[in-house]
Amino acid sequence: MNIFRLFNKQRSAPLARERLQVLLAHERAASSCDLVSILREEILAVIAKHVQVDAERVHVKMDRSENMSILEIDVEIPLDPALQAA
Amino acid sequence: MGKVIVVTSGKGGVGKTTSTAALGAALAQRNEKVVVVDFDVGLRNLDLVMGAERRVVYDLVNVIQGDAKLPQALIRDKRLETLFLLPASQTRDKDNLTPEGVEWVINELKRYFDWVICDSPAGIERGATLAMRHADVAVVVTNPEVSSVRDSDRIIGLLDSKTLKAERGERMEKHLLLTRYDAARAQRGDMLKVEDVLEILSIPLLGIIPESMDVLRASNLGAPVTLADARSAPALAYFEAARRLAGEIVPISMPEEKRGIFGKIFSRRAA
Repeated sequence: MNIFRLFNKQRSAPLARERLQVLLAHERAASSCDLVSILREEILAVIAKHVQVDAERVHVKMDRSENMSILEIDVEIPLDPALQAA
Repeated sequence: MGKVIVVTSGKGGVGKTTSTAALGAALAQRNEKVVVVDFDVGLRNLDLVMGAERRVVYDLVNVIQGDAKLPQALIRDKRLETLFLLPASQTRDKDNLTPEGVEWVINELKRYFDWVICDSPAGIERGATLAMRHADVAVVVTNPEVSSVRDSDRIIGLLDSKTLKAERGERMEKHLLLTRYDAARAQRGDMLKVEDVLEILSIPLLGIIPESMDVLRASNLGAPVTLADARSAPALAYFEAARRLAGEIVPISMPEEKRGIFGKIFSRRAA
């Protein structure tokens, strides 16, 4: 091994640190999905009491920024099947 | 009522079992009544690390299923009067652990012991969530290495959502135990530093266990490292961590760089 390479080898820990910080910022945002999925289920249950909804057609999204979070709920209500057939 | 501690990490092989044994023994060496509970059903190892593998008759699953009474399954340590082990089952699978059964066992143990230390299996599945469920305090074992830090972050998320404490809206007490730390490599910039890991995970530090031959030696002998060689660097670090767990305020001592003759010659390079 070239002795100079030994001295010039880049320090790897700063890179590890940076990669982790970026990755975990993403993963933490995604894991608040836990909350989102709970919200999704409960919202769905409430709506389903009154109208028929397709579980696949409910989208709940949470955006977090420094000062506030935005909760976006998007529920598609299908047409009455009888109406649809007509 | 005793305190329930879960030793957890997400990633395997970072030192959960070693740390459970060492912390358990360190607390028992302070004359406190301690039981260490192996939750790794199917892959038990705490018995082996504690040197009690030939004395296992009944296990956690036997107790939960009513095949044995709890005292029958407890194994008293041969070296420390106040240290007990509740082994996991080796033959059955983790589905034999029922939430009700685990709750009952933990509550019984809390009545008799000052400390109930649960050695969690790796992963984030049922075994791991059951091990953490009743904990008052979590010890998150982490190596200064990217995959371990990532998995610890995940486990911290679970501790804050899947435990009884979290569900009751209480704050789960979590502590970082940084294991296999090599101060020289961290100093050279080839290993994450204590500060890096603390900043990333943002939980308080319980202790830094230096990378050491003594840990493997202790497990070869079947003794917690705090018993196998009480004056070794990892043992001293575990004693310190145990004192902090017990509520004492102990300043963290940073592991010293161990420099051989070669390191001394080249020491200027690092500076």
